[in-house]
Amino acid sequence: MTVKASDYDNEFPVTWCPGCGNFAILQALKQALAELDLRPDQVVLVSGIGQAGKLPHYMRCNFFNGLHGRAIPLATAVRIANTGLPVIVVGGDGDLFGEGGNHFTHALRRNVNLTVLSHNNQVFGLTKGQASPTAEVGLSARLQPRGVILHPFNPLAAAVIGEAALVARGFAGESGHLVGLIKRAVRTDGFALVDVLQPCVSFDRKHTFQWYRDRIYNLDESGHDPRDFAAAIARSREWDQQVPIGVFFENPDRPSYEQATPVLRGEPLVDRKPDPGRVQKLIDSFL
Amino acid sequence: MEHHPSERPGEINIMVAGAAGQGMQTIGAVLGKFFVRQGNQVFAVQDNQSRIRGGHNTFQLRAADHPVRAVSMPLEVLIALNQESVDRHIGEVASWGVIVHDSDKTRVPDEGPAGLGLPLETLAVEAGGNRIYANSVALGAVLALLDWDVAGMEAFLEEYYAAKAGMAAANARAARLGYERARDQAGRYGGPRIRPRNAKPRMFVSGHEAVALGALAAGCRFMSAYPMSPSTSIISFLAEQAEDFGLVAEQAEDEIAAVNMAIGAAWAGVRSLTATSGGGFSLMVEGLGLAGITETPLVIVEAQRPGPSTGIATKTEQPDLLFVLHASQDEFPRIILAPGTAREAFEAAIRAFDLADQYQTPVIILTDQFLADSYFTEERFDVSALWIDRHLITSEEAEALREYKRYRITDSGISPRALPSSYGFTVGADSHEHDEYAHISENIENRVAMMDKRFRKMEGAAREQAPPTVFGPETADLCLVGWGSTYGALEEAVEMLNREGHSVMGLHLGVLWPFPGDHLARILAGAKRWAVVEANYSGQLARLIRTELMRQPEAAILKYTGRPFTGIEIADRVRKGVLER
Repeated sequence: MTVKASDYDNEFPVTWCPGCGNFAILQALKQALAELDLRPDQVVLVSGIGQAGKLPHYMRCNFFNGLHGRAIPLATAVRIANTGLPVIVVGGDGDLFGEGGNHFTHALRRNVNLTVLSHNNQVFGLTKGQASPTAEVGLSARLQPRGVILHPFNPLAAAVIGEAALVARGFAGESGHLVGLIKRAVRTDGFALVDVLQPCVSFDRKHTFQWYRDRIYNLDESGHDPRDFAAAIARSREWDQQVPIGVFFENPDRPSYEQATPVLRGEPLVDRKPDPGRVQKLIDSFL
Repeated sequence: MEHHPSERPGEINIMVAGAAGQGMQTIGAVLGKFFVRQGNQVFAVQDNQSRIRGGHNTFQLRAADHPVRAVSMPLEVLIALNQESVDRHIGEVASWGVIVHDSDKTRVPDEGPAGLGLPLETLAVEAGGNRIYANSVALGAVLALLDWDVAGMEAFLEEYYAAKAGMAAANARAARLGYERARDQAGRYGGPRIRPRNAKPRMFVSGHEAVALGALAAGCRFMSAYPMSPSTSIISFLAEQAEDFGLVAEQAEDEIAAVNMAIGAAWAGVRSLTATSGGGFSLMVEGLGLAGITETPLVIVEAQRPGPSTGIATKTEQPDLLFVLHASQDEFPRIILAPGTAREAFEAAIRAFDLADQYQTPVIILTDQFLADSYFTEERFDVSALWIDRHLITSEEAEALREYKRYRITDSGISPRALPSSYGFTVGADSHEHDEYAHISENIENRVAMMDKRFRKMEGAAREQAPPTVFGPETADLCLVGWGSTYGALEEAVEMLNREGHSVMGLHLGVLWPFPGDHLARILAGAKRWAVVEANYSGQLARLIRTELMRQPEAAILKYTGRPFTGIEIADRVRKGVLER
């Protein structure tokens, strides 16, 4: 192995809260990319806005830190323009499923080869403690002082329904396991969701690292068949008593957008040169 | 007001009118292209209702032995494919004109313009086609009116439908039947005629076809858009060409996705385009600012239509000049082009991609429904001398770098642009205010330096700007100023007014931002008075000129009916509202 996780280190000061689950996700991402033998200039990270959206600043990599909610469409086209580059989207639950919910839905339809790392902590961090789309009913938050009444959005179930190429969940407190999931997602040809349970130490007193540790179990060790759609849906709905992590669903037979688009076979679009002769021929058909 | 045929020598004005689904677009395109092939120049405009079938649609052609860039009224020939078309448009037909109609189904009043009734649909079936072939029967009748031979049209139809076996021969037969049956009635037409002429081959091309051709010529490889009239024709055209040109045309889930996709593809390194109308552009505004602060080359076509909100999907207007100029929170450099003809649209698309790459900033091409859907006769677009510069750092420059700073502060404001993964170093982009390395920065000195850097690019763009188009005399009593799609009508009005002995010059702005203030001040100095001609409510160009040059126009000739200006109309309004006031 020639690439080390420390190759991804940079000097830029991190502004996350001490103890934040994001630190573990950042380290797991660096480790996974190093183990995939990808250099920092050989991957692209795309993010939106939020605490998770800052992640690309905290490691050496190609990155585009764009608009709140809009990382997925931007990343989609980065990938289409350069199919030689692995593209990873990082974002929080508010960013990806609130502001960006429509794009998430359509990314499932497109099945472009993207890895989406969702930092799922049920709250907005950057704007200080409002409930996110994944917040469970009853959770007390800044704008929901009497508790959340909206039913939570379940990104895993949505991704299974959308028949994504890979649907997985990690936990910020299980970094070795998370490294494996990220590697698998990056290797997957198609849309791969890795939802990461990431305790917010500032705004969610309930879902602490310990709360998760008391409940999580590993799907890979439970006899779950990730090609079983119905079982994947059932597992994605488990919460409260036990919380599964691991691969919920995989769909290797579905062609990715790149496979289904004849133009994208062959060299990346970015490397192709203009063809004025062909343009002139088309122009001349208007004579 | 009745005009005399001698007012418009060497041209005829034809309208095909009927219900959506009756094939007006096809018959219009066939007739237009045929006249162009026969050495004439044609301008054509479509007017559609927002229906797939059944709405009332028209396709209006002006064919002439001289350049024409606007439609004109009254009509010499009305091809009325149903009774509604007769009733609606009879008032637009000149007293010397003729209404070609289906004698089995429609009636033309005895008073007014003559009718030329043929059993169009019956003849169509007789020719071996279905009822839609009535169009070709009518084409034959038009040739009889003009006293042309039908053989040329037969050959043209054979070629036009060559790819569709069976259609070619039946259409040609239908045209001949129409021609033969119309000949004995052809004497009812008393207006001017055009003749086949020898000329080098010219293009018959719509404004948005020209934009799309320009994009392909510029090497565009990605387009994302959400369907919205009248912008959709661009991505439709490119989707057809995707395989041949190695291009991805992606239908986005909304305009927000469309603009963010276009930015992503552009940042990754391919020339990239999105298009929409005013409503969709409203959704793209945040993305526009993203392209501005990340200094990503982005080309957006904004095809204007009447608004606000949904407005009128199928009509034309120029209501979004100040909107696209000011859209987004805070300020950043942007470039706004406003082509007025198909050739200008083609050139604007090529130039937009070059400017976007050179200045690393968004470029907006303002079109409108009229420009988008109108067909122009243009000299062949020649791309043999086209040279494309992506304005990226070279491998020598990359190797010489000690460290790469994507947003390096430079004198020109233009920072060295490398594509991600091209030279072994990493490349960042950030929607926050950022430092030279693209990292989030709230440092105030950095903020000021970055704002100043970005705006220095605009100084360069302003300096390198070509002068606007001036027509008519170089000095005059009155200067008429327009922008975008009013070009053709404005030019024609200036010609007419000078022919009448007035002293009028015209000025067409094809670039609106950076504001061509120096050019404008110099040109306006040649006129005693000036007025704007714009298709919007408040005179947005006039407001812009007022702001930038502190000059007040004598008058504003405005129109917000959803229909384009004609030259005669502008001339009339200038006479009444300005010259004779």
